[in-house]
Amino acid sequence: MMLTVPPNEQPLLVFNDISVRFGGIVALDSVSFEVGAGQICGLIGPNGAGKTTLFNCLSRIYRPSGGSIRFDGHEILDLAPFRIAAVGIGRTFQNLALFATMSVRDNVLAGTHCRGRSGFLTDALSLPMARRERRRFEESADELISFLDLDAVRQLPVSQLPFGTRKRVELARALASQPKLLLLDEPAGGLNHEEVDHLRSIIFSLRERFRMTVLLVEHHMNLVMRVSDKVVALDFGRKIADGAPADVRINPDVIRAYLGAEQ
Amino acid sequence: MTMTGYTESLTPAAAARRNFGKGRVARIGCVLAVVALACLVPFIGTSYQTLQMTFVLIYAIALLGLNILVGYNGQLSLGHGAFFGLGAYIAAIMMHHFGLPYWSTIPVVAVLCLIGGFLFGLPALRLEGHYLALATFSLALAMPQILKYPAFAQWTGGFMGLVISPVPVPAGVPLSSDQWLYFFCLALTLVMFLIGWNLMRGRTGQAIIAIRDQPTAAVSMGINLAYYKSMTFGVSAMYAGVAGALSALTAQFVSPDSFDFFLSISLLVGIVVGGIATVSGAIFGAVFIQFIPNIAEHISKSASWAVYGVALIGFMYLMPQGVVGLIRRLRGVISGAKRSAA
Repeated sequence: MMLTVPPNEQPLLVFNDISVRFGGIVALDSVSFEVGAGQICGLIGPNGAGKTTLFNCLSRIYRPSGGSIRFDGHEILDLAPFRIAAVGIGRTFQNLALFATMSVRDNVLAGTHCRGRSGFLTDALSLPMARRERRRFEESADELISFLDLDAVRQLPVSQLPFGTRKRVELARALASQPKLLLLDEPAGGLNHEEVDHLRSIIFSLRERFRMTVLLVEHHMNLVMRVSDKVVALDFGRKIADGAPADVRINPDVIRAYLGAEQ
Repeated sequence: MTMTGYTESLTPAAAARRNFGKGRVARIGCVLAVVALACLVPFIGTSYQTLQMTFVLIYAIALLGLNILVGYNGQLSLGHGAFFGLGAYIAAIMMHHFGLPYWSTIPVVAVLCLIGGFLFGLPALRLEGHYLALATFSLALAMPQILKYPAFAQWTGGFMGLVISPVPVPAGVPLSSDQWLYFFCLALTLVMFLIGWNLMRGRTGQAIIAIRDQPTAAVSMGINLAYYKSMTFGVSAMYAGVAGALSALTAQFVSPDSFDFFLSISLLVGIVVGGIATVSGAIFGAVFIQFIPNIAEHISKSASWAVYGVALIGFMYLMPQGVVGLIRRLRGVISGAKRSAA
């Protein structure tokens, strides 16, 4: 099951010395690591370790007080937040952030926004260019809806759906932007056993089918260890381990972070 | 092969397309029927009734614009009467001072109000919810006084306002001036509704709604919040301005106090009564704000606003989602009954 990382791959994403402070609290303390193209990288750590903070730096929701984030030739911290999608980073949210009044299909379609060109004028006049673009996006949204088994609910408003289904809608929406890097913030949170198994196969097929790089924040240890090529562990804002899942699992600092100090 | 067998053999996507096609035919049929009825109005009604219906069309344009901003984008404006007044005055000044033809005022007003709304929307971006409402409120309060301001009186006519000549009927058209103006407004209403409909079902409309529903997620989908919010404000001001220009042509007169705070609030009442975040709701809302004050006055001259208030509360009680909300609910009940019968 475990795929090895292609050796000569350039890193797609490089965190360099990222620090974030909220008032007097240091949420991230000089965190550096790399994610290679095509890798699935798991980010673990106890609650409050700084995992979601790191994600939010990458989506430009928080501004780090120091450091840099290189992604595919871009300095992320120099980009406006709305440009992040266009350079190829898609994400899901820990507590779901769907467009509540829209149907499943419209949510997924909204994910294609960063690929589109039509604007106020072309849409207002319904020019052929706008309609062609729309049709193309509708087709790709429908493919993703089928890929994630959402056909039966595609016209329903997302607010009517159970939690696990909504998580798949969010994943489909993130995929609709055709990202090079997908950020998954606790995708297994709130899912039952079966759904987690399904999620695992989805994550694998993301890489195989879409050649996607995945950065995954997750508490579900079993999932992280089975799905990741590499795992980075954070504790109190600092990186305490970085390596193959098998190595991280037996790292004494990681064990201590999760189980407390051994006597 | 039976009909049900055929349906079952469709892929979900194809079935959805088919349903969508059916919905579209019904929708187009409905629109055509309403347009045909609207065309009969000036031939059935008296000249005064035609005038009233002209104002319904004008309010419908303004309400659609306001609904795009408030209903679809979630930005509250208490000041759209100001843009309505701006459009009216631009049209009046063009005709009164420059002798320009009435039809030429519409594109000029549209562009100027779009720009004006966009520029107002830019700083308003920093304001959310109630604060934006207050900023637009100040706009509504200031407008009548700006129009009366002595330094501008040379152009605006000060508190006297401006008189403009009636819209001429093109040679060879066997219609009265009122009737012609009605059809001119009807044509523009159709154009503005088509534009609104196109906008809201396209990529732009989706971005506008996404911003209302979940701004953080909207940004991570690549939606430029500042641009879309300001542009939505601009588009909405454009609708208000065009409606204002048409109202000036219809009333043949503009005066500063017709564009006061009460107009802004009436427009808000209109979108709520018609149905927040609906396109067709604008028509029902326009009927309400045009006719209910008159009817209230008929019922009681001394307490007409109390009657209006009661009517408003009654409407909200019976149709909390507006007229369109009620229609949708009834349609749901009917199709539900059909399904259970089948």
